[in-house]
Amino acid sequence: MLRYLARKAAIYILTFFVAVTIDWAIPRFMPGDPVEGLLSRMHAQPGAEQALSGYYSQAFGFDVPLWQQYLNFWAALFHGDLGVSITNFPTPISELIMSALPYTLALLVPAILLSFWAGNKVGALAARRKVLDNTVLPASYVLTATPQMWLGIVLAWLFASTWAIFPVSGAYALDIQPAWSLEFVLSFLYHWILPFSALFLVAFGGWAIGMRNLIIYELESDYSNYLAALGAPSKLVRKYAYRNALLPQVTGLALALGAVVAGAIVVEIVFSYPGLGTLTLSAIQNRDYFLIQGIFLFLITGVLIANFVIDIAYVVIDPRTRIGMQGS
Amino acid sequence: MSVSEPPQPGVAVAGETVAGPASGAAAVSEPGATVAPHVHSEFLHFALRNWKFVAGATIVLACLLVALVGPLLTDNAPLAFTGPTDQPPSSEYWFGTTSYGQDVYSQFVYGLRAAFVVGSLGGGIAWVLGAGVGFTAGYRGGWIDDVLNMLTNVVLVIPTLAILIIVAAYLQVQSYWAEAVIIGLTSWPWAARAVRSQTFSLKTREFVDLARLSGRSTRQILTTELAPNMSSYLLMMFILLFGGAILIGASLDFLGLGPSESISLGLMMNNAFLASALLLGSWWWFLPPGLGIVALVGGLYVMNVGLDEVFNPKLRET
Repeated sequence: MLRYLARKAAIYILTFFVAVTIDWAIPRFMPGDPVEGLLSRMHAQPGAEQALSGYYSQAFGFDVPLWQQYLNFWAALFHGDLGVSITNFPTPISELIMSALPYTLALLVPAILLSFWAGNKVGALAARRKVLDNTVLPASYVLTATPQMWLGIVLAWLFASTWAIFPVSGAYALDIQPAWSLEFVLSFLYHWILPFSALFLVAFGGWAIGMRNLIIYELESDYSNYLAALGAPSKLVRKYAYRNALLPQVTGLALALGAVVAGAIVVEIVFSYPGLGTLTLSAIQNRDYFLIQGIFLFLITGVLIANFVIDIAYVVIDPRTRIGMQGS
Repeated sequence: MSVSEPPQPGVAVAGETVAGPASGAAAVSEPGATVAPHVHSEFLHFALRNWKFVAGATIVLACLLVALVGPLLTDNAPLAFTGPTDQPPSSEYWFGTTSYGQDVYSQFVYGLRAAFVVGSLGGGIAWVLGAGVGFTAGYRGGWIDDVLNMLTNVVLVIPTLAILIIVAAYLQVQSYWAEAVIIGLTSWPWAARAVRSQTFSLKTREFVDLARLSGRSTRQILTTELAPNMSSYLLMMFILLFGGAILIGASLDFLGLGPSESISLGLMMNNAFLASALLLGSWWWFLPPGLGIVALVGGLYVMNVGLDEVFNPKLRET
């Protein structure tokens, strides 16, 4: 079991290493001079251009050899120094990200967990009820094919703009301050429902389809037939089928993380939700490149940690990984 | 969310767990001129009787038709400011106009074209990379497999959109061709993984051993023994990668990292959103691009399920 987790951890450390290297290399090895490219697209005032050019050259550390630039990049990273934002000068980027992060997590974590739970349950039910199969399945296919931001736009248009049931943007009412008060929490939930629904629904479709297909395979497999032949109640057979079908779904959860994170970014933008997605958009629009790079590193670190958590969960639910047989 | 990493594991997983087409088709697929036409007609026989395949394929073909013919029916360039602003659909402007006076119909049909380009090119590159890496890793084994598997796992974990954002942000030229290439280069890993495990299970079969004993080259074995047995799987993989590339491309365009000189469906949503079409209630502006994507990608997925049932007798409805 420890060997299994150690092997996984090695992959993630390597991935982190590669990601940091990409983050460092892209501005330096893309065609053209990065500083000039940044300035030409910033439309800065003539006087400011000089100062910005100086700042960028210094921030990239172009005055030392390449290998030393690379080492400096790592050194700064370990000090938590991701640079300073251009748009919100001179707020450190790590500070901007940290203040946006809770909102993104508040959307992502419930959306991932609840869609996984509900999708699997409904998918398993659909596998043995014809009526459910004929309604849930087509709906699920439409949902998985839906871009999250478009679903967000449609939800906002219907429930916020047309019928005014929910607020159209923001994470809480403008007249209250974020605090652990009942008023704030209620306002937060009220604003949270629509963006959450957009993420939840799209993910739900994928899990329902996957579980439905897996249950059908499992119910046809030898152990199911054998159990049924022994006279086991069909409820028991289905229970075993569900447990076995859950394993590939958990693996799928790790694979789907990147897509859900991408979905959260675009959905946040639709609702002007003050998380990492909205931060990304403002960074892109203002050409705040260090901020983009900082968010990139942060997203990857988050996905790596989540992957490792899923690996641990896998060990818990699949006994084979525990007794030394290498899992899938 | 969806696709590039398959949260529609139905198909991706299906192939792995059931050894998909390999089990049933192994006997038939020894290459022989007399066998081929028979297999073909059998495929058509079952395909045309599968409503999922027929419905999905019809939708996809309809989208293709609109993408090909649609632009011929309008004189308005997609980005030109041609008419009155903010008009609902009318006989003159079928899909209405934007707040800038652009023709939404023209944007939609050209955007659909762009979606096909991004899907086929991005999906195509990912398909070639995924199949290539998967075949090599699975067939060679040993240290080559270790290295390729490591590479696959690393690219697999990095969120595609995150890497695309940073590349696209620094890229000087922004076109949907460039976008398709970057998408293709980053979305192949799950395909490689799937092909690798299929190759693993196939390469120990007797007919592959026989081919190896009779002195066939590796390339011949790959193309004449392994690939035909996986052809159905490879086809379904391409369809999923195609749909996935379109969805990722739409997200990227929505972030404002899409083509700067042309139109795409994601960019339409981006424009509509930035111009507050939502608050103005200009539904004709932001509904068509999303519906187009849902129809095209949904059609592809449903077609894919149909194909799975056609190729895999176990799944056929009786």
